[in-house]
Amino acid sequence: MGVLEVRNLTLVLDNKKILDNLSIDFWQGHVHALCGPNGAGKSTLANTIMGLSGYTDIEGDILLDGASIRHLSVDERARRGITLAWQEPARFEGLRVADFLLAGAKNKRRSVAADALKTVGLEPDKYLNRAVDKTLSGGERKRIELASILTMQPRIVLMDEPDSGIDVEALEQIFACLRIFKSQGTTVILITHSAAVLRQAEHAFLMCNGRLIDKGSTSRIYRYFEDKCIPCAHINEPVEEETK
Amino acid sequence: MTNQDIVAELLQSIGMPVGHGLPEDVARLQVHGNKVVGTHLLPGLLADVEEQPDGIHAVIRVKNGVKIAKPIHICFGLLPERGIQHIRLEIVMEEHATASVLAHCTFPNAVEVEHKMDAVIQIQPHAVYSYLERHVHGDKGGVLVIPKAKISVEEGAHFKTEFELIKGSAGKISFDYEATCKEKSILEMIARISGKGEDTIQIRETGLLQGAHARAILKTSIAVRDHARADVYNALTAAGPYSRGHVDCKEIVQGAAVARATPIVEVNHPTAHVTHEAAIGSVDSKQLETLMSRGLSEEDAVELIIRGMLS
Repeated sequence: MGVLEVRNLTLVLDNKKILDNLSIDFWQGHVHALCGPNGAGKSTLANTIMGLSGYTDIEGDILLDGASIRHLSVDERARRGITLAWQEPARFEGLRVADFLLAGAKNKRRSVAADALKTVGLEPDKYLNRAVDKTLSGGERKRIELASILTMQPRIVLMDEPDSGIDVEALEQIFACLRIFKSQGTTVILITHSAAVLRQAEHAFLMCNGRLIDKGSTSRIYRYFEDKCIPCAHINEPVEEETK
Repeated sequence: MTNQDIVAELLQSIGMPVGHGLPEDVARLQVHGNKVVGTHLLPGLLADVEEQPDGIHAVIRVKNGVKIAKPIHICFGLLPERGIQHIRLEIVMEEHATASVLAHCTFPNAVEVEHKMDAVIQIQPHAVYSYLERHVHGDKGGVLVIPKAKISVEEGAHFKTEFELIKGSAGKISFDYEATCKEKSILEMIARISGKGEDTIQIRETGLLQGAHARAILKTSIAVRDHARADVYNALTAAGPYSRGHVDCKEIVQGAAVARATPIVEVNHPTAHVTHEAAIGSVDSKQLETLMSRGLSEEDAVELIIRGMLS
């Protein structure tokens, strides 16, 4: 039994089945990767686990430690230890980085925010008093968002495309964060198309058309993904034998 | 109450601890109702203040080329629950003078207080003047605030005004500033206001860029909750060659509050350029859900987003 279990999850948006009777287990303290072509339902699964608006009208269930969380709000899920790093983090006009980092932190000391910034490779003196707004690059916001998750010390982190908009050097710092999560026993779910990111995971799942196509070692899943999904001859139309 | 006691209480209401004295190199003017209860001037800074039945008339002048290093501290206030304070203000920044003002308007116990300001502000060529007016009101919402200003910003001069009312209940605000800008001058008019309960907020800011290469920004950020109402009228006209301007209005609306924005931009010269953006609505759902996904309740998340926007 996993710490987080997705059970027969179906989500229909605009008359289209985005998640189709999907079942996946995520294991305590492990780093998992979800891969698959665009439109496979990976981000939708993350948003549904987090309970974001527009992603709550589901069939099936999501269990945390064996108990359903399907009727819990976003903040209730977060207080049970689940959080999400967006592919494109939000901007907050006027909100200082320090306040953002400490908003969900268990320990509200400023030094906690400073340490989190250092971990993601940003100098606290330069960033703590800046606003989380359009003056920051996409990569900076991405790292600041990750720092906010470090201060929160969650049990489960969903990371949607952690490498998008990130340069090579910053990517190493994001991988360092993953190692910290791992050392703290945090369960990580990475949503990615990248081989470099996939290599950080211990288990991989391949999704297509809202369904789980395959699961197993990251190398095997990535080979499959490369060979059959890019370009994908059956994009969003998985052939029958692959879905068995 | 002695003047010292009144000053202490006024300063306490704006968060300055009792007994906290301002340093000698900080100029100050403290007015309670129609009484001047504290003044301290510096060389090159002149203040001619006349007490009147319902307030004061003050002429403040910074002499030619004088640079006041630290912000001049002005405190206007009224401690009783009821009363009128009418400030008639003339400010003259002579050529090449530089000064900034931190003005607190504090009405901590107001039940029925009227605070009016009629200002004429003249920023002479190449002078620099910034004025931050921070209001501190009690929670009863019994303040009627009517600030009006006519501002002329001469060649190469820079004028910046910020109006902030975030703490306590806004009450009723009717704000009307009008500025004319000459060649290569800069105008910045910024307002940040939080309204709740039955507060009503009316903002009217107009700027005329007369001179070549004049620049201006009119920026308003308002959050209204409960049954509060906000009505923002920002008008910017660019008539000078190569003049540039931007009008920006953001309003967050919660509960049964109502917000309206009317940005007017007008360009009268083919090389001038003015832009505007206005956004009115509830809190951005992505911002909200980001903070909620860190464990904040919806209410706390909204509060933090509004605090950021008004900071």
